[in-house]
Amino acid sequence: MNELCQLSLKRAHQLLKQRKISSVELTKAILMRIAEVEPELQACVTVDEDMALKQAEVADKHISAGKIQPLTGIPTLIKDVICTKGMRTTCSSKMLENFIPPYDATVMKKLKAQSVVIVGKTNMDEFAMGSSTENSAFFPTHNPWDLNRVPGGSSGGSAVAVASNETIFALGSDTGGSIRQPAGFCNVVGLKPTYGRVSRFGLVAFASSLDQIGPITKEVTDCALVMNAIAGHDPKDSTSVPYHAPDYTQSLVPEVKNLRIGIPQEYFVEGMQSEVRTIVEVAIKKLEELGATIDWKVSLPHTKYALASYYLIAPSEASANLARYDGVKYGFSYADADNMWEALEKTKQFGFGDEVKRRIMLGTYALSAGYYDAYYLKAQKVRTLIRREFDQAFEKCDALVSPTSPTVPFRLGEKLEDPLQMYLSDVCTLPINIAGIPAVSIPAGFSNGLPVGMQIMAKPFNEEILLQIAFAYEQATDWHERKPPI
Amino acid sequence: MKLSREEVKHIAFLARLGLTEAEVGKFRLQLSNILENFEMLQQVDTSDVLPTAQSIALQNVLREDEITAESLPQGEILANAPQQDDNYFKVKAVLE
Repeated sequence: MNELCQLSLKRAHQLLKQRKISSVELTKAILMRIAEVEPELQACVTVDEDMALKQAEVADKHISAGKIQPLTGIPTLIKDVICTKGMRTTCSSKMLENFIPPYDATVMKKLKAQSVVIVGKTNMDEFAMGSSTENSAFFPTHNPWDLNRVPGGSSGGSAVAVASNETIFALGSDTGGSIRQPAGFCNVVGLKPTYGRVSRFGLVAFASSLDQIGPITKEVTDCALVMNAIAGHDPKDSTSVPYHAPDYTQSLVPEVKNLRIGIPQEYFVEGMQSEVRTIVEVAIKKLEELGATIDWKVSLPHTKYALASYYLIAPSEASANLARYDGVKYGFSYADADNMWEALEKTKQFGFGDEVKRRIMLGTYALSAGYYDAYYLKAQKVRTLIRREFDQAFEKCDALVSPTSPTVPFRLGEKLEDPLQMYLSDVCTLPINIAGIPAVSIPAGFSNGLPVGMQIMAKPFNEEILLQIAFAYEQATDWHERKPPI
Repeated sequence: MKLSREEVKHIAFLARLGLTEAEVGKFRLQLSNILENFEMLQQVDTSDVLPTAQSIALQNVLREDEITAESLPQGEILANAPQQDDNYFKVKAVLE
C-alpha cells in the first residue's frame, strides 16, 4: 500500500499546502488502493478514475495559485444515496441502477466549492434500509476486520472505505444509526449531526423527519473539518435551520474536566454482548480518569419503546417517499404491462428488494384507515416522550455515553432472514434520530479482534461538545490508530 | 396481530406493490411477527401527549414566490425518462 492513502484528512491537507504532495499523486495512490482491495471488500458501487484525476488536476492548479481550503484536492467517496450531478446515483437499488442526477445535492455543491476530488460512490443497504449493507441489490460489502462479517449499515461502503484507506474521508447518511453503527463496526469516526444542521437537499429521501447526512472519517479532527464544509442553512431544505454553524475545529480541545457525562442504564440492554459492555465501561472510566464527572445512574425509561416507535415512523415516511418510483420520470420501468396499474405494480415488484418492500408494507399498514391512530399516531406520541426524556437528561448532563451497537459485527447472512433481529442492531442508535439530537461513534476497543464503538450524544445543535469529548478520548487512547489486516 | 393473506394483499394493493404468492406468505409471517412485537407501544400512557412529527421547532418556513434562474433544461430532465416521445414523458393510457 502506498502510504499516502493512509493519511488523515488533516495531514493530507498539510502536505498539499506545503506542496510536498500533489492532489494527483494522492488521488493515484487512492485509486491504486481501491483497485487492490475492492475485489475482496466491495465497498464501492461506482469509481470514476478519469473524472477523479481531472478533478485532482484542477485542485492542483488552485493550490499552485495559492487557493487552498481544508478539503481542496482531498479524494473522497460518497454514499450512493447523495445526488452527484453527472455521476450515477443508485441507492444500491435496481430501481435507480441507471439514474444520473441532473443536479448536485447541496453537500456536494459545498464540497465541490472547495475543489474536493470525488472518486466514486459507496455501497449501502438499498435506499438506506438495513444494518449490514447486505440489502444492496448489487453485492454485499465485507468488513475489513473479518471478511466473513458485515460492515454494518446502511453506510457500510463508506465506513469500510475509510477504515481500509480507500478514501481520505467519506460521507454517509443516518436515519436510525446508518453512519454510527457501521463506523463502530469498522473502527472509524462517524457523526450524525442534529436534524436540521446539514442540508438534506439532494439526499434521496428515506424517512424525511429522521434523515441526516454526516461525515465518516479516520480521526475526530477530520470529522470537524468535514462538518465545517457541509453544515449550515440551505434555503432549498426548509428543515435546515437558519442558525450559524460554528467553526468545529475550535472544539478540538482535549479537555473533559467540569463536564458531566451521563450513562443511560437502558442502553446497556438485555442481549448485549458482555465484552461490548465491558469495553464501553472501561472507555467511560477513561473519561472519568481524564476528569469528567460520570453519572452512572441516568435513566431514560421510554428507551425500550424506541425501536417500535422508530420502525413505525420510518417505514410510514418511507412508504410515502418511495411512492414516487412509478417508472415514469426516471428509474426502472416495467415495460411489458398491459395497462398503467399493472406497469406501476410490476415496476415496484421488480425494482425493489425484500427489505424495501417490507418497509413499504409496514408503513402503508401503519398509515391505513383503522390503524393510523393505533400505530402511526401512537408512535409519534411516544416520540414526544422519548425526546422529552433526553431534554430532561441534558438539563443535568453535558453529554450521554453508550455503546454504539449491542454487538460486535455479526456474520454475513446471520440476520438476513429475521428482520426483527436485524432491527435490534439499531437499538442504541435509533432513539437519537427519533429525538433529532446529534451523536458520534468513535473507536473504543476490540473484542477478539473486532471493533467496538462508543456513542456520545448531546443536546440539539451541540455537536461541539461531542467533538470535544471524542477528541479528548482519542488523544488519550490509540484505538483509532489500529488498522484492519487487509 | 396476525395478518391474513387477504390483509397482506390489501396492503400491497394500497401501496400499488406487486407481490408473488410466495411473497404474500413470507411477508404475512414477518409483518405479523413485527407488528406483534410492536403491540408493546399500547402499554405507554400517552393520554396527555401531543404527537411529534419532526424534532425541530421551525414552523411555516416561507419564501418569496419568485422565479429563480435555476430551472433545469428540458433535455436534462427527460434524460432519465424510461420512455419519452417528442419531449414528453410517455405513459400508459390512464383512461381506457
